[in-house]
Amino acid sequence: MPRRLAPRPLPLGSPLQLLLLGCSFALAAYAGARLFADGWLSVTAWIVGAALLHDLMLLPLYALADRAVVRGLGAAGRRRLTPYVRVPAALSGLLLLVWFPLISGATAERYRSATGLSPDGFALRWLLITAVLFGGSALLLALRARRAAKHRPPRSH
Amino acid sequence: MLGLVLLVGITVLFVTGLLSYAAYNPGLAPVNDKTPGKGVLGFYLFAWPTGPVWLYRLTQGTHVTLGITLVPVLLAKLWSVVPKLFALPPARSAAHALERISLLLLVGGGLFEFTTGILNVQLDYVFPGSFYPLHFYGAWVFFAAFVAHALLKTPAAVRAVRHRSDPSGKPADSAAAGLVAPRPDPPTMSRRGALGLVGGGSLLLFLTTVGQSLGGPFRRTALLAPHGTADPGGGPNGFQINKTAAYAGITAADTHDDAWRLVVTGRTGTVRLTRDRLLAMDLHSSSLPIACVEGWSTADQWWRGVPLRNLAALVGHDTDPPDVLVESLQRHGAFRRAALRANQVADPLSLLALQVNGEELSPDHGYPARIIVPAAPGVLNTKWVARLTFGDL
Repeated sequence: MPRRLAPRPLPLGSPLQLLLLGCSFALAAYAGARLFADGWLSVTAWIVGAALLHDLMLLPLYALADRAVVRGLGAAGRRRLTPYVRVPAALSGLLLLVWFPLISGATAERYRSATGLSPDGFALRWLLITAVLFGGSALLLALRARRAAKHRPPRSH
Repeated sequence: MLGLVLLVGITVLFVTGLLSYAAYNPGLAPVNDKTPGKGVLGFYLFAWPTGPVWLYRLTQGTHVTLGITLVPVLLAKLWSVVPKLFALPPARSAAHALERISLLLLVGGGLFEFTTGILNVQLDYVFPGSFYPLHFYGAWVFFAAFVAHALLKTPAAVRAVRHRSDPSGKPADSAAAGLVAPRPDPPTMSRRGALGLVGGGSLLLFLTTVGQSLGGPFRRTALLAPHGTADPGGGPNGFQINKTAAYAGITAADTHDDAWRLVVTGRTGTVRLTRDRLLAMDLHSSSLPIACVEGWSTADQWWRGVPLRNLAALVGHDTDPPDVLVESLQRHGAFRRAALRANQVADPLSLLALQVNGEELSPDHGYPARIIVPAAPGVLNTKWVARLTFGDL
């Protein structure tokens, strides 16, 4: 007998879940109506855009970067070095992501005139932190390699 | 694991956010209310207290520092569930379909709240409209989806936590949730390593941010926070500034002794006071911090000036000081006019300050005179005060 291709009606699912989601949507709609009063199109673009930008751009981008590191080191036969690159790169990237407006200087003029502080140090301090992270990682790698060499039984030829 | 951290963390963010909203006393007067259409969302509002004096420092420092600290946890959580975005079939039932729509509000709303908050503390006002209504109403949309998600996932979370104390089993829940890769690459990182990286990221953000809320010598440690590392200028007036005189459009001509008069209005009429006249009044001292909605704050500064309740008494409010409307010389800015509640006026520590740390106020800190009220958000400590109107608002 050929399988029916017509869509079956969707089952309702748990009534408790439906009730809970109904309450959630009611509250979200109440607040959302006020949120959208500021210009619904741009606010929607921001909320949906944030989810899409993160899930379809940012996340694949850092997944690809990570894969490139793993594959690159793998091809060079140094796959075990992955964490020593990945960890400082991830931490540095995180700081850049959170403080991008200050580090990039996008708000430098407003920052200077509003707070009376210099906006110049952020990029330099971020670079220094990045250098310390990679330097610390390299140091750790060197220490571990030395300790491993010490504990390795001498090879007999 | 990440879910539990977010459950606690985001609840604290929501509560401290609602407290900050209450701290503005939006129910007191239209000038304080950036969200006049709030309706029942302001159901819990109360008169913000004036003590302990560090109250707003604590609640808002926690709100901003915790929000920044949770960024890696949020990103890791979204990373760990991203395969579900592409799960098929799109809906197994009507309830499941609605749950997936709700997830859009959860993810979109969460990212919206974190993004607007993080941009606002860096003065990057690129979001579509005024920060206050966006962040406040956005928080309610996000929290509605957050509570539904937390309740729907409670059974699975309880199973997962129980499972962790059971050493024998496999990660049954991840498999059931469709989060196990069908053709996994060889692992490059353990679960402990991944969680360690997230925790390390949080710790790094925390350590390079929290100093801007602790103040004093700790400010140096806040290497990337907007009000970290340095204080503006030196000397008695060398503490953090929210908006400089130049930014607010205040000129020396506006504040010159020949031009400036404080206009005080109340039950018995209006008096106009020169700065010398104010200085000749009975001056009081109070040690109070400045705490900004952006999360940074200063240690206590030593202010000297005329208690607000004495100014109220000057215009006929001898007992039971009323509310006051404070107006600044500022020509623009969302808080050039702000209202203080009767309990804030009555507090003996609330001053119209003329001096700080033993010197005259600097132009950037509000010369000729500024308000300083215990436990209030920074923007309610109006600078360059021109007019005080006592009475019911």
